[in-house]
Amino acid sequence: MTAQSKISTAFDPVATRADFPILSKSIYGKPLVYFDNGASAQKPRQVLDAMRDFSATEYSNVHRGVHYLSGKATDRYEASRRTVQKFLGAAHEDEIVFTKGGTEAINLVAYSYLAPRIQPGDEIVLSVMEHHSNIVPWHFLRERNGAVLKWVDIREDGSLDIEAVDAAITAKTKLVAITHISNVLGTVTPLAEIVARAHAKGVPVLADGAQGAVHELVDVQALDVDFYTLTAHKLYGPTGIGALYGKRKHLKGMRPFNGGGEMIREVTRDVVTYADPPARFEAGTPPIIESVGLAAAIDYLNGLDRAAVRAHEHDLLTYAREGVRQFNWLRVIGDAPGKASILSFETEGMHAHDLATVLDREGVAVRAGHHCAQPLMERFGVASTTRASFGLYNTRAEVDVMLEALAKARKILV
Amino acid sequence: MDDTLRELYQDVILDHSKHPRHFGKLVDATNTAQGHNPLCGDRVTMYLKVDASGRIADIAFEGKGCAISQASASLMTDMLVGRTVAEAEKLMGGFLHLVKGEDAGDLDPDDRERLDVMAGVSAFPMRVKCATLAWHTMKSALESGETAKTE
Ligand SMILES: Cc1ncc(COP(=O)(O)O)c(C=O)c1O
Repeated sequence: MTAQSKISTAFDPVATRADFPILSKSIYGKPLVYFDNGASAQKPRQVLDAMRDFSATEYSNVHRGVHYLSGKATDRYEASRRTVQKFLGAAHEDEIVFTKGGTEAINLVAYSYLAPRIQPGDEIVLSVMEHHSNIVPWHFLRERNGAVLKWVDIREDGSLDIEAVDAAITAKTKLVAITHISNVLGTVTPLAEIVARAHAKGVPVLADGAQGAVHELVDVQALDVDFYTLTAHKLYGPTGIGALYGKRKHLKGMRPFNGGGEMIREVTRDVVTYADPPARFEAGTPPIIESVGLAAAIDYLNGLDRAAVRAHEHDLLTYAREGVRQFNWLRVIGDAPGKASILSFETEGMHAHDLATVLDREGVAVRAGHHCAQPLMERFGVASTTRASFGLYNTRAEVDVMLEALAKARKILV
Repeated sequence: MDDTLRELYQDVILDHSKHPRHFGKLVDATNTAQGHNPLCGDRVTMYLKVDASGRIADIAFEGKGCAISQASASLMTDMLVGRTVAEAEKLMGGFLHLVKGEDAGDLDPDDRERLDVMAGVSAFPMRVKCATLAWHTMKSALESGETAKTE
């Protein structure tokens, strides 16, 4: 088993930084200030070590051999599944399907769950702040099955009006697909309430938890959500793996996704029968080493005081939000109450890409662009924004570096 | 101040981006093309009027984008007006090498000097696409004209 991280009651971001080797790197001679956590987070030593140690001592393919290592690797892979199960508060381990990321998890639901249930004219409700990975799979169903996408607008501050969601759910609605946290605005959606309203009309809900699983303490049973997706690389884990939580009753009735090894019960020349979930949806050799990394990332987070981490991230957000008020040429997009530590803004007379280039030269990594959320950009009438997204290891001193760099960018670019 | 940044955002570039030359539409364009950089969402539309002798009589462009893409478009239109299609193609080829830090070939010294203001982009590999968007769009505008003419 992996070594448990030690339990700390208070959270010290500066001490935590020592766990992340990349944070001591300098960029163009400046200390790295990594504010692109929304795109992908850095990995602690504990994750890197767990993957390397597993590869060096216990690695093999899973579910396939009778030999010693195959047993070891299978145990670790299945242990990782239980770690994710507990992390999300799922009732059963077979409700966790490993995927290659958040995107694949949503595509899996679109293909295996929803597509066979769609008649032309049936509706899928989604918000205008979805990431493309929670839009394009539904567009596929629009193109191929005649589904209708019903877009729920948000308020000017980026918050979601539960009544607007409710109003969009009709007798024709087959699914509500909504993000838990917007990757651009940081808005936390009222997920439990959305689920309650949708269920009152007999409609299931998929929550895109790519950001939500990072910043919120998720309990899928308390939320009563039907599907919840996460992606490991934003959770301080490796790339190449994510997970889909699906209620047992849904997963059991779903058709397979990819076809191949591992997902069958029996294959003959004429017929094929499929394995039970979750194996049914995990065709081929899964991301085994990555599953160990994901579990190590979750163990790492569990070893911290997550409420304190959350409070720290909120403090950074508030500090940065206050800090940018000095710039009258900067407009923050997304000020929803209780939002997560993601700060997007537009700058008058400076394009996000130019700004990001200048910040980069100061060692500050931010994201500039449409953030895979073009309908949202359109909603706010902007082509792109600059986004600083804070992680657990960031500090107020780093926010100060960004604020100084912003002032400098203004001098260079305007 | 960071010299590489100064080199990238030198006054000429900022001037072109804030006051782009040939910005607008051409109602009597013979060739048009649209360019799109899906990474950043920047868009540009090129309008050209190529006359019977194969000379670019007029150019205009519309678009929204970063300082680099706007300055590059502005500089390009400024430099290409009045040239033959063959001359334009040579200049475009030279530019596309220059911004990648490669040998730009035997450009006319005056052209070389004017293009050199964009050479700073080569130190920013992530931004080369911004600089080339307008030029690639110009290329397709010229090619669309070719096919239109042969029909
Ligand atoms: C809100 C949201 N949903 C989905 C995704 C997709 O995750 P991935 O690219 O890891 O599949 C992302 C990140 O890219 C995201 O921010």
